[in-house]
Parts: sequence; C-alpha cells; structure tokens
Amino acid sequence: MNTAAEGLGVEAVHVWRGDRHVLKGLSLEIDPREALHISGRNGSGKTTLLKVACGLLRPEQGRVTWRGRPISEVRSDYQHALAYASHEPALKGDLTALENLRFMVGLKRRSSAAELASCLERTGVASCADLPVRVLSAGQRRRVAMARVLGMRAPLWLLDEPFTNLDAGGSEIFAALIAEHVSGGGMAVVVAHHELVLPTAARRLELPG
Amino acid sequence: MSAGAAILLIVGRELRLSFRRPDQLLQPLVFFLIVTTLFPLGLNLQLSLLKDMAPGVLWTAALLSSLLSLESLFKGDADDGTLEQLALSGQSLTVIVIAKTAAHWLLSGAALVLASPLVAIALGIPSAAFGTMLASLVLGTMTLSWLGSIGAALTVGLKRGNVLLSLIVLPLAMPLLIFGAGATDRAISGTSPAGALYFLGSLCIFTCTLAPFAAAAALRITLD
Repeated sequence: MNTAAEGLGVEAVHVWRGDRHVLKGLSLEIDPREALHISGRNGSGKTTLLKVACGLLRPEQGRVTWRGRPISEVRSDYQHALAYASHEPALKGDLTALENLRFMVGLKRRSSAAELASCLERTGVASCADLPVRVLSAGQRRRVAMARVLGMRAPLWLLDEPFTNLDAGGSEIFAALIAEHVSGGGMAVVVAHHELVLPTAARRLELPG
Repeated sequence: MSAGAAILLIVGRELRLSFRRPDQLLQPLVFFLIVTTLFPLGLNLQLSLLKDMAPGVLWTAALLSSLLSLESLFKGDADDGTLEQLALSGQSLTVIVIAKTAAHWLLSGAALVLASPLVAIALGIPSAAFGTMLASLVLGTMTLSWLGSIGAALTVGLKRGNVLLSLIVLPLAMPLLIFGAGATDRAISGTSPAGALYFLGSLCIFTCTLAPFAAAAALRITLD
C-alpha cells in the first residue's frame, strides 16, 4: 500500500541553486498524525526543501505529491491544504496584527474576527491585536505569524525556523500547538537548526552538509 | 474564495495600506504638479505658445510621475515574504497581479486624472478640451499601469531596478504619449479627437488582457 497517498510525498528531488547541487535525490513522506523535524547546518538546503515542498520552487528532478498526486495537478487544493510560515514573518508593518491575519487568512477561507482574535490569544499576543505590526518585537511578530498558520486551519503545516526570536515561554507554546495539531490528525514539517521539544512522535531528518 | 472576491480583498488592503502612508501617496502627485509648473517657468513662453505645448507637457509629466510609484508595485511584498504567501494563497498569480495593478491605478493614475484640470488651467488649456483630456488620461494611465506591472514584475528581484524599469516601460509608453497628447491637441484646436481616443482605448484593452499573464510569469521566475 502506498502510504504517501494520505499526505505529502517528496520523491527523489534534485535542486541546483546556481551551480551548487543543494538537494541530492532527497525523498521524504509524511502522513497524518506525523511531525517531521528537519535539521542540518546552515546552507544544507533546509529552506530550499521547504520551498520545494510547498511548490514555490520547482525541482530540476523528482516530484512532490499531495495525497498521491503531483502538486502541479492539484495546485489549488494543495494550497488550501497547506499553511507555510517562511523565515520572514510576512507581515505588513502599517497594518495591525488582526488586519494582517484577516487579509491573509481571508484569501484562503472565510473567518470571523473573533476566531482570528482567538488565534492571536492562543499564541499569546491577544493584547497586540489592534497594534500596528511595526511596533511589535521580533518575537511578537513570530507569534502573529504563527497565529496566521492557526487561522488557516490547514492540515499541513510547513514551518521554517518558527522558534527564532522566541522566548522560552513562546517556544513551549509553539511546541504545544504543533503537538496539538499533529495529535488532531494534522501534519507538520518543522525546520529548525537546534534541538527542540517536539511531540514524541516526531521523526528527525538531518540534511547532509 | 472566488477570484472576484480575492481581487476586492487585495484592492481593499492596498488602499488601506497606502492611506496609512499618505506621504507615499502624495509624492507622485506633487511631482506631477511641480514638473508641469517648471515648464512655463523655464521656457518663458507666451500664452499662445504655451497652449501649443501644454498637452505634451501634461502627458510627459503624467508618464514620469506614474513611473515613480511603479517600482514599489511588487517590491515591498517580495522583500517581506508577502509575495510567497500570496503565491500560496490558492489564488492564481494572474489574479493577484490584476488586483495589485488595479489598486496601483486607483492610487496613482486616478489621482493624476483628478489633479489634471488644475494643471490644465495653469497651462492655459481651454475648458472645452477638458473632457477629451480626462478621457485620454484615464485610458493612458490605465495602459501605463498594465505595462508597468510587467516591468515591475521583471525587476522585482533587482536591488536598484528603478532605472531599468524606466528603460523597459518608457519606450513601450511612447504610443501613449503620441496619441494621448494628440487627442488633447486636437480637442484644443477644435477637430475631432475620436481616432486617437479609440486607439488609446484599444491599447488599454490590449494591455489589460495580456499584461497580467506576462507579469504573473515574470513573478513566478522571481519566486523560483
């Protein structure tokens, strides 16, 4: 039985950046109720792998599948099923935290202001909802970006260094949110270059330098 | 979410963003007013001569000031990661280009059109020609926004793409200048501007049907 049919599959992917061969035939599979922690030293292709997985970057060889079909065929479905948090928080400084959420989540699905406010509350930034993002600290922005991931209610989370700039409390909250998401039937791929406390079910993939 | 609703959402957000930054909104407009004031001062013309030059001056200033705000069309979003989020939002990049370009026109082109009667009076264009002038400016600035979206998408990855953007867009904008200023000129002299206006209209339709696809393709290359 093909296990990849239920979730995300990356099959023998090769990616060159300029003349550097970054990903050399990498494969991975992730099914519901699974978390995958990707680590590796700087420049080992962690972010590249995540961008390939979400379809921003087309691999030179190999393919990415969602529920058994190439993502190029199910593009819209796949994009609705994924929430990607890039290394940059991707927030507009002149909009408030809540406006930022309402816009980005609104492109994917209908949501109420109360629901988005509760997402901000879960990441511990409820008090910042009506503040322009430019006055928030780097850690608070990270929390707002995570609230956006929650708001999208997507089964697949692709998180690029979500723990950067977070204090100890924030790291605990994020790890708990990821654990909750995974135990509720979700999937999470988390790129982080250091040790972290992910749910015990998390698999670990170390990219070779 | 349907493409129409997504376009409304993006346009609404762009407008909200730029009203939070009124300085950036006003800069092209002030530039337009200043450039058009410089010509009569520098040339020391008689009013009759000024009237002959007015359409050309007005149109050149309008093109240049629209260019000012073009560079930021996709750049801000590309730099802070918003463009990636938009590309993964389940909407096609073409829809996103259409929405962002429409918002750009509302904030730059439409504002120029509204300010143009003021400039026209200063340049001595008779009020009988205002209708033609406004119509030609609406069509011309729209076309320029569509052309500009391609240029902005192509140069979005560059550090200082501003000059290159002008080099790409200005040659393509020459027909606009010729027919836009021509239409206004004809209206001033009392002949029918219909031919020039039709041509501007067809250019506008031509660019608005093709430019979004070209710009989306250019953005896809940038994201890669």
